[in-house]
Amino acid sequence: MHLRRLLTALTSFALFSSPALAGQAPAGQGAFVPVDSVPLADQLPAAPLLVTAYAFVWIAVMVYLWTIWRRLNKVEDEMRALAQKLPRR
Amino acid sequence: MRKAFGPLAALTGLMLVGAPLMVARAPYESTMGLVQKIFYFHVPSWFAMFTAIGICGVASLIHLFKTSPRADRIAEAAAEIAVLFGLMGLVTGPLWGRKAWGVWWQWDAKLTIALLLEMTFISGILVRKYGGPGSDKLAAAVGIFGLAVVPFVYEAVNIWRTIHPLTSVVPTLPATMGGPFWFCVATFMLLLVVLLMLRVNLGKRQAALDELYLAYED
Repeated sequence: MHLRRLLTALTSFALFSSPALAGQAPAGQGAFVPVDSVPLADQLPAAPLLVTAYAFVWIAVMVYLWTIWRRLNKVEDEMRALAQKLPRR
Repeated sequence: MRKAFGPLAALTGLMLVGAPLMVARAPYESTMGLVQKIFYFHVPSWFAMFTAIGICGVASLIHLFKTSPRADRIAEAAAEIAVLFGLMGLVTGPLWGRKAWGVWWQWDAKLTIALLLEMTFISGILVRKYGGPGSDKLAAAVGIFGLAVVPFVYEAVNIWRTIHPLTSVVPTLPATMGGPFWFCVATFMLLLVVLLMLRVNLGKRQAALDELYLAYED
């Protein structure tokens, strides 16, 4: 009796858990299809993400340019200071 | 090359301003809607990163086997710029994924290898900064291995089953989407060239400073 219950429980577990275990990520999209308008409900939540993405790219470029400018200034300052010391020797 | 820098930088700035306007006029994608427009900056940033890695890899090979300071400077500059463009891709991607997939991040093959590629080049920069004497050769080796990883990042969606859009998306873009997309690719490539010229110049000045220090010590 116990054995039968145990077997039933194990079989049920195997049957119900297999779809979850076999689950895979859905396939990636193969092509983009253009449409004229976007659903109204879709516009608001997506807009901040879009703006953030474009703003991040701009900010990243600006910050990188600033780091190059800062490093270049530091090198030029050191060169000037060193060049002033050299003729004295 | 120096004469070309000014006009090139101005053109890049204009194209960077114009790119969002072109993207705004592109049609919406049928399933993802507005958020798909992140694609126009997301994919070009990866293209620019792969190009920077290609430059870094070739320059690293030259420096590793022929010990060329010029090639080393180019490799150093390209590696740094690869990290910048990789960061753009890694930030814009999750912003897209949050809306399209419902999650910020998914540990699937494409995303995971892309993250590892970014970390590879960050490690190259750290090796140069803290590696001491001979770190340029170690960084060159990192650059070459980074280059070897690029095909896996690009082909990951075709080799493994992932939720990321496939590589077939770009060649099948309709003209209304393809125009803005290739404009953005050109913009990012120009940006890569401009940043590379600036960063290589910085490397040159640093090398001149090192020579000056040596002269001072002598």
